[in-house]
Amino acid sequence: MDLAALKTQLKNFVQSMFEEGVLDNQFSQIQALQDSTNPNFVEEVITLFCNDAERIINEINRNLGYQNVDFSNLDSYVHQLKGSSSSIGANRLKLACANLRQASDERNKEGCLQALQLITCEYCLLRRKFQALLHLERSIVELETNQK
Amino acid sequence: MTMEEKMGGSNREDEAMDRFPVGMRVLAVDDDPICLKVLGTLLLKCQYQVTTTNQAISALKMLRENRNRYDLVISDVNMPDMDGFKLLELVGLEMDLPVIMLSAHSDTKLVMKGITHGACDYLLKPVRIEELKNIWQHVVRRKKPDSKDRVNALNQDKASGGIGEAVQTSTSCSDQKFNKKRKDQNEDEEDDGEDNEHENDDPSTQKKPRVVWSVELHRKFVAAVNHLGLDKAVPKKILDLMNVEGLTRENVASHLQKYRLYLKRLSSVATQQANMVAALGGKDPSYLRMGSLDGFGDFRTLTGSGRLSSASLSSYQPSGMFGRLNSSAALNLRGISSGVIQQGHPQTLSNSINGLGKIQPVGLPANQNQNGTLFQGIPTSIELNQLSQNKSANHFGELNPVNNPNVFGVATNFPDARMTVGSSSSSLSTPSGSPLLLQANTQQAQHSGAIGNQSSLGVASLNQESFDMGVHGFSNFVDNGRCHENWQNTVQLSSFPSNSLSTCEAFSHEQLHTNNLQESISWRSSHLSDNPIDLSASMANAGLEHSRGDMQCQISPSNNVIHNIDYAAKRQWGENSSFAGADSLVSGAPYVQHLEAGKLAFNTKLRSNEDFLFEQRKPQNEFSQNNFETLDIISSSMIKPEQYNETGMMEGELGYDAFPLGSCI
Repeated sequence: MDLAALKTQLKNFVQSMFEEGVLDNQFSQIQALQDSTNPNFVEEVITLFCNDAERIINEINRNLGYQNVDFSNLDSYVHQLKGSSSSIGANRLKLACANLRQASDERNKEGCLQALQLITCEYCLLRRKFQALLHLERSIVELETNQK
Repeated sequence: MTMEEKMGGSNREDEAMDRFPVGMRVLAVDDDPICLKVLGTLLLKCQYQVTTTNQAISALKMLRENRNRYDLVISDVNMPDMDGFKLLELVGLEMDLPVIMLSAHSDTKLVMKGITHGACDYLLKPVRIEELKNIWQHVVRRKKPDSKDRVNALNQDKASGGIGEAVQTSTSCSDQKFNKKRKDQNEDEEDDGEDNEHENDDPSTQKKPRVVWSVELHRKFVAAVNHLGLDKAVPKKILDLMNVEGLTRENVASHLQKYRLYLKRLSSVATQQANMVAALGGKDPSYLRMGSLDGFGDFRTLTGSGRLSSASLSSYQPSGMFGRLNSSAALNLRGISSGVIQQGHPQTLSNSINGLGKIQPVGLPANQNQNGTLFQGIPTSIELNQLSQNKSANHFGELNPVNNPNVFGVATNFPDARMTVGSSSSSLSTPSGSPLLLQANTQQAQHSGAIGNQSSLGVASLNQESFDMGVHGFSNFVDNGRCHENWQNTVQLSSFPSNSLSTCEAFSHEQLHTNNLQESISWRSSHLSDNPIDLSASMANAGLEHSRGDMQCQISPSNNVIHNIDYAAKRQWGENSSFAGADSLVSGAPYVQHLEAGKLAFNTKLRSNEDFLFEQRKPQNEFSQNNFETLDIISSSMIKPEQYNETGMMEGELGYDAFPLGSCI
C-alpha cells in the first residue's frame, strides 16, 4: 500500500474511533502536537497512557479484592484514571470511570466491581485500537523514511 | 522519581520579560505522567519555557532554590506526595508566584477551595491549548497594581470559570507576599490602596517596613475594639484609643479588616465544627486535615469555653488564644487566623510536628521575642518568612519525606501548619510501590520500544507466566467459579501458542509488536509481584485478539493478501480462530455474567471488534459475518466441551455457564 493510502487508512481509522466515541477531540489535540520537534509524540503518549492505565486498573482490582475496601483510596485511583483518560481523549473510558466513581461514592462494592469490569472492557478495546493505530503510524513512518 | 525537563534558553528574567509572554517560565507539577507530558507539550507549543516534575516536593525545592527562575506554577490538585492545595498555598505565600490549579474534578467545592487557597485559576482536565494561551495574564496581574479593570475584563473572557474577581483583585497589590491572604478582605472593602500602608507604584522593588503587630499592640487593639464595640469600631477611633506612636490609621484599618474576617470565620467554623464533632466525631475529610485528635480536643474545649466573640477575646491570654486559633486554623481557614500560627522558631516548629497539642505550650513562650502571637498578619510574616526560608531548606533535608509536608507547613509559619500537621497521613497515601512503578514503567517503555527478534516460543513461555499469575489474579477479582478462571486461562495459554506457531512462518516479524506489548505486560506483572494481575490474562487475550488483527493490518500492501491470509489462517486454525474469537468474547464473558453494564460492554466489544476488522478491510463484509458466525459456533461450542480438545482445552473445565454469552449475542 502506498503512503497516501496508508495515511488515509489511518485517518479513517481514527475517525471511526471518534464516531464510536472511543476517542474525543482531545486526541486531535494530541495528534496536533506531533510535529517535527516531537515526531513520536502520539506514540509516546499512547504508550505512557497504556502503562499507566493498566497499573491503575490493576490497583483498583487489587483494592476491590480486599474484604474491607478502602473507598477513598479507590477514589483517588479512579480520579487518576479519569484524568489520564481525559488527557489522552479516551472518551468511553473516561465515562466508565464516572460509573466507578459513583459506585465508590456510594460505597457499593458490588457496583464497583461491575464498573471495574466495564472499565476493563473499555480499556481492552481501546488498547486494541491503539495498537492498530500505532502499527499504522509506524508503517507510515517506515514508508516515509524509505522514500527519503 | 523526578522527571525534569528544562526547555528553552536562558532564565534571565529580563530576557524572558522582553518577549513576554513568549518564554514565560512555567513550572508544571502533576503526578499523572500522561497529563504531565501533554501539559508540558502544550505549554511548549504556547512558546513558554517549561519545567515539569511529577512530585510536589521537588517542585517546592526547585522553587525555593530560586524563586526568580519561574513566573508561574501549574499544579494538579490530587497528588500523592502532597496535596495540591497545600502546595498552592506554600508557593503563593513563600514565593508569591501565581499558581494555577488543575483537576479532573469540577466540584464547586474544590474550585472554591482553590480560590480560598489563593489559586489564580482553576482549570479542568483535559487542558486545552486555548486556555493555556491565556495563563500569562496571571503573571502580569501580579505585577501591576492598577490592573483591576483589566482583571475584570479578562475574567469575562476566560472560558474556564470558577475563579471570580475576588482572587484577581487581590493580586492588584503587587508582589507583596501576603496580598493573597488579603484577597478575601479586599472583596469586602474597597480600600485596596489602604491596606498597604505604602502604595505600590513600583511593585517589584519596593519593600517598606511594615508595622509589627506585637502582642502588646494587638492587645491594645482588641481592647479598643471591645471598648467601642465591634460594630462601632472604626479605625480612627481605635487609633485614638490605642494611642500608639507611629501607628497610622491605615495600619489599624487593615488590621481591623483582618480581625473582623477572622472572627467571622471562627464563629462560622465553630458552629460547623461543633456540629460535626458532636455528630460525627470529626469524620469530615476536609476538616480532618487536622487529623490529630489533639486538635479536635482543643477545639472542643475551646468551643465549650464559649464562642469566640470579642468579649472572650478581650480576656485572651496568649496560649489560650493561640490554641483556639490554632485549632480553628486547622479548619482550613485562611486570612486572619492564618496569621496566628506565625512562629518564629523553626526549631519549635519541628517539635510541633510531632503533635498538634504540643504547639500550644511550646510555641508561644518561645515566640515572645519574635512577636509570635496572634494577628501578626503581614508585617511579621515577612520576617518570619525570611527566617523560615533560610531554615526550611535545612528542614527539608532533615526530615524524611513523610514528614516533609509538615515541615513545610510549619516552618513557613503559614496556615499550612494547621493543615500539614493533620494531613501527614492522609496526603501521603501513595502506594509505596509508586516510585517502583514509575521505574518499572520507564523500563518497560524502553523494553517495549525495542523490537528484537523474539521467538514466539519465548512469548508462549511468558504467557505461561502470566497464566499462572492470571489464575491468582482472577481469584481476587472475579467471584465466579474457579472453572471459569481456568477456562479463560487455558484459552489464553492454549490458543496463543497455536496462534504464534501458525503466524511464526509468515508474520514472525510483525508479531513482535504485539508480542512486545504482551510480554511487556507480563513482564511488568512479574515485577509487580505483590499481587498478580488478572488483567494480564485479559491483556494477553486482548493482545491475542489483536495479534490476529495485527496481522491483518501489517500485511497491508494488498487487501487481498490480508483477506486471503486471514481467511486461510482462519480455516487453518479452525477452532483456534473461533477460539481466538472466543477470546474476546470470553474476556467479556465474566463481566457479562451478571451484569447489564458488562453486557453492554460485551456487545460493544463485539461490535467494535467487528468494526475494527471491518475498517481494515472494507470490502470484506463476509469477514464480519464470519465473525458472527464464529460467535454462533462459539456459543454452541461452549456447550460442547469436546470441541476444545484440539486446542488443549480441558474437558470438564467448562463448568462455566455459557448461556449468558449466548444470550448476549
